[in-house]
Amino acid sequence: MRFEGSDNYVATPDLMLAVNAAIRLQRPLLIKGEPGTGKTMLAEEVAAALGMPLMQWHIKSTTKAQQGLYEYDAVSRLRDSQLGDDKVKDIGNYIVKGTLWQAFEAGEQTVVLIDEIDKADIEFPNDLLRELDRMEFYVYETRELVKARQRPIVIITSNNEKELPDAFLRRCFFHYIKFPDRDTMQKIVDVHFPDIKRTLLKEALEVFFGLREVPGLKKKPSTSELIDWLKLLVAEEIPVEALRSPDQKAIIPPLHGALLKNEQDMHLFERLVFMAQRNR
Amino acid sequence: MLIDFFLHLKARKLPVSTKEFLTLLEAVQAGLAGHSMEDFYFLARASLVKDESHFDRFDQAFGEYFKGIEAIPGLEVDLPEEWLKAMMHKHLSPEEKAKLEKLGWETLMEEFKKRLQEQKGRHQGGSKWVGTGGTSPFGNSGYNPEGIRVGGESGGNRTAVKVWDQREYRNLDDTIELGTRNIKVALRRLRRFARLGAPDELDLDGTIAATARNAGYLDLMMRPERHNAVKVLIFFDVGGSMDEHVKVCEELFSACRAEFKHLEYFYFHNCVYDHVWRDSIRRHSERTPTLDVLHKYGPDYKLIFVGDATMSPYEILQPGGSIEYSNPEPGATWLRRLADAYPSLAWLNPEPERSWDYRQTIGIVRQLIGEKMFPLTLDGMTRAITHLSRKN
Repeated sequence: MRFEGSDNYVATPDLMLAVNAAIRLQRPLLIKGEPGTGKTMLAEEVAAALGMPLMQWHIKSTTKAQQGLYEYDAVSRLRDSQLGDDKVKDIGNYIVKGTLWQAFEAGEQTVVLIDEIDKADIEFPNDLLRELDRMEFYVYETRELVKARQRPIVIITSNNEKELPDAFLRRCFFHYIKFPDRDTMQKIVDVHFPDIKRTLLKEALEVFFGLREVPGLKKKPSTSELIDWLKLLVAEEIPVEALRSPDQKAIIPPLHGALLKNEQDMHLFERLVFMAQRNR
Repeated sequence: MLIDFFLHLKARKLPVSTKEFLTLLEAVQAGLAGHSMEDFYFLARASLVKDESHFDRFDQAFGEYFKGIEAIPGLEVDLPEEWLKAMMHKHLSPEEKAKLEKLGWETLMEEFKKRLQEQKGRHQGGSKWVGTGGTSPFGNSGYNPEGIRVGGESGGNRTAVKVWDQREYRNLDDTIELGTRNIKVALRRLRRFARLGAPDELDLDGTIAATARNAGYLDLMMRPERHNAVKVLIFFDVGGSMDEHVKVCEELFSACRAEFKHLEYFYFHNCVYDHVWRDSIRRHSERTPTLDVLHKYGPDYKLIFVGDATMSPYEILQPGGSIEYSNPEPGATWLRRLADAYPSLAWLNPEPERSWDYRQTIGIVRQLIGEKMFPLTLDGMTRAITHLSRKN
């Protein structure tokens, strides 16, 4: 069982090695990287490439570790008890299974995505240590031990908003998706737009990498923004000439709103272009 | 054999643990590294290093340890020989050149690499003869073996260069770069939540407990929402020697503004005296007496100074020492007053930590505030925040 990228996802050798190590040794894989470099997509693609179902658990600031295992729905039990419902006698009727429980007892091996783990409370990763290590947990209400039939492949993404505890990190493999260089980017675009015109792509990549080098931008455009922009360029049938100015003057690329998402960045960029035009 | 490698990483101050090392061995045993050095490098990095800001340190340590085993980077690259030789002549003395004529090309490269390492040492020691001058082929990217690669890249043969010697992660090192986002991450440590205001959130656990006590009849409990309750008071040094640090201070300031609800800031010049100000343009007309600040903001505020503490000792120790006006009390008295009033205090200094010992006034200030000075790098911020969030 090896992951080697897929038809719609370009994986660098180091990423492949990290994924395969995590699969082979059955440890969680922690993925970090700039926003928009395809962290979440990786889990989807790993699941698709290995032909396994994907279970997603999206983390919010209010998410508790317990919710991934199970929740005891006390309120509906309370209501049922006041209505005299017979269901109330079995507490098991009020245990709601979480993502990890579902993955543990699934008939086949699954891929579990714990998305944006850094959004949660600082104690969240610590609360999952045993569950991810031993792949088992105890349900206090029904006094049963839930054990994974097959250890799922766990992929965790983080945007670096909080530091993760050491004890948690020690149990994971770690990979940092760095921003792709020009060659890798070319491959990524080829995967998404197989029949985009060579010339258009070349010009567009030049504009894109040039834009990333503009000093002082608050949010540099990322891979997912490039893909969106190309989509627009193709849909609007923008000619190659629009990206390249005949007299070597700096121009504002068409549809640049897809690349710059911040009003200050937009102003800064327009100002720089204006200055560049005047200086020639 | 790998134990030495592990200990070498440890000696290079990488936070590696035994468990991670065992994981690496397990992975190697499972045949994941194959027979390629590069795969082993990726595998070791994925299992041992868990923070991208340590990648650069890891790359260096890896390069150092495996130097003897792999060929010298750059050798397998097609470099124009004349070009390399020309470069060599700039860096070797005449005697060495004479010696080189007798030695082969291999030894030559070995020598060359050694020379580069030597330069690295001197560069850090403060001499700048490689680096910014521009005459050296090692240019801005400096002393590191990347320099040799310059010719290789244009040859279109990048794969021949060892990945760890490329040191791509250098700017993620947490002792160097400081961006608004990084600062926010660091500052977030300081958040402490408290429940204040009107009760408008359902307290589920409280409701269950109260209902159980109530013999099963529903008893709804509410509680107030959580707010960030940390209060911060920041004093910025402006003007003079601080000019070169303006950018980093701006970043710090904007990050603080976004992060704290209770944030008060004041400016001072070089040292705090009997007044501070909020607006640099109207600093002469609208001043706030420092005593008012002391009285208005209680000791629950955390006090952060941002300044280089670099001035003439008279400005701290003498009455009338200020360079702007005649101050009746010395700055030292005011610093001590502030330090006494705010038990949670930190001083962030944009000057590099290693130069502190050479500045007399930095020493004086550190003494006055009880050694609570930290460099204005991400690592220093983290230390400062850890210090501030300690309960006094």
